[in-house]
Amino acid sequence: MAEVTSLREAVAALVSDGATLAMEGFTHLIPFAAGHEVIRQKRKNLTLIRMTPDLIYDQMIGMGCASRLVFSWGGNPGVGSLHRFRDAIQSGWPAPLAIEEHSHADMAARYQAGASGLPFAVLRGYIRSDIPKYNPSISSVTCPFTGEVLAATRALNPDVAIVHAQKADRKGNVLIEGITGIQKEAILASKKSIVTVEEIVDKLDAPMNACVIPGWVVTFVCEVPRGAFPSYAQGYYQRDNAFCREWDTISRDRDTFQAWMQKHIMETAGFAEFMQSLEPATRVSHA
Amino acid sequence: MPELAYTSSEIMTIAAARMLRDRMVCFVGIGMPSAAANLARLTHAPEVVLIYESGTIGSKPSVLPLSIGDGELAETADAVVSVPEIFRYWLQAGRVDVGFLGAAQIDKYGNINTTVIGGTYASPHVRLPGAGGAPEIATASKEVWIILKQNKRTFVENLHFVTSAGHQPGPLQSGARVINMDRQSLTGRGPLVGRGPTVVITDLGVLVPDPETSESTLVALHPGVNVEQVRSATGWELKVADNLKETPEPTDFELTALRDLHARTAAAHGSGTIES
Repeated sequence: MAEVTSLREAVAALVSDGATLAMEGFTHLIPFAAGHEVIRQKRKNLTLIRMTPDLIYDQMIGMGCASRLVFSWGGNPGVGSLHRFRDAIQSGWPAPLAIEEHSHADMAARYQAGASGLPFAVLRGYIRSDIPKYNPSISSVTCPFTGEVLAATRALNPDVAIVHAQKADRKGNVLIEGITGIQKEAILASKKSIVTVEEIVDKLDAPMNACVIPGWVVTFVCEVPRGAFPSYAQGYYQRDNAFCREWDTISRDRDTFQAWMQKHIMETAGFAEFMQSLEPATRVSHA
Repeated sequence: MPELAYTSSEIMTIAAARMLRDRMVCFVGIGMPSAAANLARLTHAPEVVLIYESGTIGSKPSVLPLSIGDGELAETADAVVSVPEIFRYWLQAGRVDVGFLGAAQIDKYGNINTTVIGGTYASPHVRLPGAGGAPEIATASKEVWIILKQNKRTFVENLHFVTSAGHQPGPLQSGARVINMDRQSLTGRGPLVGRGPTVVITDLGVLVPDPETSESTLVALHPGVNVEQVRSATGWELKVADNLKETPEPTDFELTALRDLHARTAAAHGSGTIES
């Protein structure tokens, strides 16, 4: 049964320097509050895994938390480039960042293999793509029945997975609604996990076939209202597109980025204080 | 060039939208493919099935999504499935008629680069977002349409990196491609590997692969564009079809539908940042 605790305690207990950390949420339910907490606790040398390392990993990479990134698409959706991600790869700032890149279909399959206790995943992937030339985690396997050569890629088994969801009950059973992405597989593939939720309720009231993750496979559950901001939580709040556009300006310049992170993340005690630190206009639009 | 009542982006989107037939199943990339696919749905193809890689099947958004996983895509979908399911059961299994992609760079065989430009892989001049779903969309869809603006930076002789495969030089295969097995380059074989790129739609015209060589050949110009303009926007010696056609002018119905869609999108997202 998952332990209900504070996000600060959960991150301190599970995310250690050098850990392999997967924070998932496919454009929806992105665990921003948890990302901020990892930054506040000044974690270093993390291997960060995420299909779409958008603003959340841009912040963590720019603050020097990562030495390695495993991903399949790195951009600011609908806006453009991730400047901290690009600066780290192109110029090694603030520290060199090793990368291991895959396709979405592959990353999804790798999480499934990890969640299934298998050593590798099989997919009909990467046909005549250059990606496998630069990635030793992608190989091939011949089907014993048809002779077809298929892509074989190493299973993902992160030390820790962190996801955000709408609800949990007091036993830590988690309900995810809307676009569920790869969160369930990420939790089941990882050794330990943290789920931040919009609210903890007495009764989950989940429909029979809903995406429910039983509390006994989750390590910690933390209540963090609006913890996916500036992404969205279906049924709770919308994506803050203005913030995502503003991020392009904030992150473009190293000094501007550092000043913003200092003021809004390092000098705030937690996510509620972070939300209060934003300009009133941004807050009001998402209250 | 005479003044036109519409932009080159608008004619590009409209020309692409016209190609989608009703009830087709289309795996939609974000940006320009999404604009064209939704314009088709709002005009002549109301029953087109739009699939987004976030796991939404049959999405019917009233505004263009800013991200591939906007809430409205889920709220208006026939079904919402997980990311592994969308790639395995729906794309890899061959249920997609058209994979509709954008690209940063393309070569004459329809190979696409969205990974790195210049320098080395480890230390590139420009780091692009990477593959996303494209390598498998490009090979598992029954056919692939590519939409991008045409200039010498985007239409290049040699790609720095092939993210998603197009054709190989030589005769075009009319049906599903059977690719020789080769463990080194991870090529697969099987009936579920699709026909590859069948059309490239740009802001200047339309290109399709030549049946003998698989090389992209200009087959239609948009109104007001001449061949020389297209040649000078292409980084290789462009092949031009003998019976070059002209894209029909946009109708008022098409233009109004597209502009209304963009206006609704801008109102919903705060300002218009989505191209075309």
